[in-house]
Amino acid sequence: MQLTVWTYEGPPHVGAMRVATAMRDLHYVLHAPQGDTYADLLFTMIERRSKRPPVTYTTFQARDLGGDTAALFQTVCHEAYERFRPKAMIVGASCTGELIQDDPAGLAKAGGLPIPVIPLELPSYQKKENWGAAETFYQIVRHLAGPHALPPNAARPVRAAGEKPRCNLLGPTALGFRHRDDVRAISGLLERMGITINVTAPWEASPADIARLGHADFNVVLYPEIAGPAAQWLKRSFGQPVVSTVPIGVGATRDFITEVARLAEIDPAPFLKAEESRLPWYSRSVDSTYLTGKRVFIFGDATHAIAAARVAREELGFEVVGLGTYSREFARDVREAAARHGIEALITDDYLEVEAKVAELQPELVLGTQMERHIAKRLGVPCAVISAPVHVQDFPARYSPQMGFEGADVLFDTWVHPLMMGLEEHLLGMFRDDFEFHDGAAPSHLGHASRAPAAAAPARAAEPAFEVPAPAMAAAETADVGVLEGPTGWAPEAEQELRKIPFFVRGKARRNTESFAGQRGIRLITVETLYDAKAHFGR
Amino acid sequence: MTTSPAILPELPASSCSNPPILRERGQREVFCGLTGIMWLHRKIQDAFFLIVGSRTCAHLMQSAAGVMIFAEPRFATAIIEERDLAGLADANDELDRVVMRLLERRPDIKLLFLVGSCPSEVIKLDLSRAAKRLSERVSPAVRVLNYSGSGIETTFTQGEDACLAALVPSLAAAPADAPESLLVVGVLADAVEDQFRRIFAEIGIRHVDFLPARKAGAMPSIGPGTRYLLAQPFLGETARLIEGRGGQRITAPFPLGAEGAAGWIHAAGVTFGIAPAVIDAAIAAPLERARKAVSRYRDMLAGRRIFFFPDSQLEVPIARFLHRELGMELVEVGTPYFHKDHLAADLAMLPAGTAFSEGQDVDRQIDRCRKAAPDIVVCGLGLANPLEAEGMTTKWAIELVFTPIQGFEQAGDLAELFARPLNRRARLEV
Repeated sequence: MQLTVWTYEGPPHVGAMRVATAMRDLHYVLHAPQGDTYADLLFTMIERRSKRPPVTYTTFQARDLGGDTAALFQTVCHEAYERFRPKAMIVGASCTGELIQDDPAGLAKAGGLPIPVIPLELPSYQKKENWGAAETFYQIVRHLAGPHALPPNAARPVRAAGEKPRCNLLGPTALGFRHRDDVRAISGLLERMGITINVTAPWEASPADIARLGHADFNVVLYPEIAGPAAQWLKRSFGQPVVSTVPIGVGATRDFITEVARLAEIDPAPFLKAEESRLPWYSRSVDSTYLTGKRVFIFGDATHAIAAARVAREELGFEVVGLGTYSREFARDVREAAARHGIEALITDDYLEVEAKVAELQPELVLGTQMERHIAKRLGVPCAVISAPVHVQDFPARYSPQMGFEGADVLFDTWVHPLMMGLEEHLLGMFRDDFEFHDGAAPSHLGHASRAPAAAAPARAAEPAFEVPAPAMAAAETADVGVLEGPTGWAPEAEQELRKIPFFVRGKARRNTESFAGQRGIRLITVETLYDAKAHFGR
Repeated sequence: MTTSPAILPELPASSCSNPPILRERGQREVFCGLTGIMWLHRKIQDAFFLIVGSRTCAHLMQSAAGVMIFAEPRFATAIIEERDLAGLADANDELDRVVMRLLERRPDIKLLFLVGSCPSEVIKLDLSRAAKRLSERVSPAVRVLNYSGSGIETTFTQGEDACLAALVPSLAAAPADAPESLLVVGVLADAVEDQFRRIFAEIGIRHVDFLPARKAGAMPSIGPGTRYLLAQPFLGETARLIEGRGGQRITAPFPLGAEGAAGWIHAAGVTFGIAPAVIDAAIAAPLERARKAVSRYRDMLAGRRIFFFPDSQLEVPIARFLHRELGMELVEVGTPYFHKDHLAADLAMLPAGTAFSEGQDVDRQIDRCRKAAPDIVVCGLGLANPLEAEGMTTKWAIELVFTPIQGFEQAGDLAELFARPLNRRARLEV
């Protein structure tokens, strides 16, 4: 058993729902008790969808368990077919449905519906949401496109002369982080490059669209967590190569254009020249000098976390001090990315572990999920959200992609926005004890929305045992007040002096000073030690 | 029911005491009983709720009510994994390990509920034995109780019933010579509880307790002198167990709206031998305020047609309030479970021919709702936006559970919850 307070991913059948809800003319019959219908509100409330997800739940009850839940399942399948008239159906069980072992797959097959019925085996006690979405999409693709696969060892037919290159756009689902806007951004980019989009899937694809996936020359995988297995199968079955670069950030978008152009057999140069982002200039603008070397902690799904690390370092001039993911399936990729930044990756789905790491590293900016937004808020660190799990705020009314050059502009704005601005930061450095302009004051453009340390501290004291491991708590609290216990201590004047350092670099100053003192066997840190360390480390 | 003719309106000539009910079995679009933890863990301030369940349970708790606003939740999920399913002995050891770890980190916890879920019920993990075993290990510092909030047995607010029912056997026995005392049963917002305490004190009921209490160590004692008054209409099992320990129920309408609150207080007062005139005098001012506050919304709501999808079991008393105090027309009153005895006083105040439904077949109910084209629909969060998109005006039902709506001072707020969606629709020009 795993003790869990908050979770990064839902169960695998929620992943299946994300695929089903994104599609048209597909229905999902889920063998599940009544409470599992809560999942509808993820789509109708968080994503503000105007239609119910295309899911029918058997909603069996305790009294049904002694009887024939299998018959109930079959009845529900038939009624759902009669009512919704889908062109294909996926069937499966939720965690409880799995335990009663009714074999929805076999039952649905035996049911004799006049449409393709695709059984899903989603082991709820081993796997999670993204895996469930990937497996569901793969099964749908395999069942519906499979009959059209090339014979073994056959080569792809050559594209007729004068015909535009065609690709599929794979991965976007319902309840995805900015999938809606990424589809628009990347579709536009590909169309401007003269490439026809054969099918976008699962997003608004019908079963008939899935059946003609093979008509494309290659596949663009926007979200490997979801479309990876399907794209690999398409590669094997239709000889379609896969564009593996995820176009998040200016550099990655340029790489993406180059890779796409190679597969489409066109010259990328005109598009690299014509397509523009403001990010490179904004980053070079002197106003952005203050961003240099800002210490950033990144956590999210693998795709967004890896991409964010590259943008943070290469495009904003930040220093990546932490990088991690909850996508265990992609642990290797994230470890490799972290190694490129000279750090060790944090691979965990335990939110408490992430909180402890943020507290330990004391970054100046957190790029994470809604969970890290909460962590950062508690620790008083600015934060921007870069990845699912999502919140109603992650479905803005405006067009706000993460991908392509427009997406890069969005990244610049949303990551820089939570920070103290350049001159403001300098003034804070000059007038540290100013009565209006002190640590507790929020960046002026953020109004009340920023940290309120005075209010936060008593709350922590009142319920001290919030489930952060004790060392993390200590680290977090000593960042504000208190004297470190252990071999090295702080003289009161030094502690006082430390407090004059702006809060967003204070943690770093404390850590640097302590390691400086530790290395030199200094037991008591004085004001002198503090400035010696400052001289030693630079800023 | 005990009422005072001086204050309360006459009952309709033909009332609705034994109405026909449409019973449906199909897809039920309702929460499971785990959801009750969202308010129970705020009410009992030193209690912790450990769900023994699946990732789905944890995901529900996190998604369903935006509870991540609480930095320090006093609930968590022990997620059953593949290896726990391999053998039950293992699952029990695992549970003990998780509980001990939890209690080490939360020394402030005095009462721990092990909350059963669909998967724990299906694999027959015996949480009552686990609670007993763990209680022996951690008492007296912590008491460990258990109940089931599983969706195969409980619907939404029934989770509170199951939780309070688990508390009842652990309540101390009142001394044999204890005077008669009043026990108010069901979670009320603290502010509402305080209002009722003041009124009971004023009319002269001296011994008043509330179940649950705000602290685990302050739970009331019960015995044959206990006269209990339900604050919520979904507490069938809790009531049964209280009666098993000698408590006697005071029949009353539920304290929703001016009329409901007055009837509820009167029923208690009369049981304790207080003269109706004394009660009337004590509640005259708040009753007048409540009527005034409610009347502000009458123009907007009178004659409007309302349709209830089943959700919280509060539907019947709320329908009574909306019909009698605001003049709304009841198209269909759906409720997950219809407790005729406990609802008797409210039913008696509804007009004959009111269409009730129990249980649900959500697609058929949506068909009926579309056909009836009501002015306002009360439904869960999964349905609200899709119905709005079809042009209906909705009131999401969960707000009726999360908002203090009981008592005189909240009667206007309750009316406002129904007026707001109509008001909003009237304001929007785009």
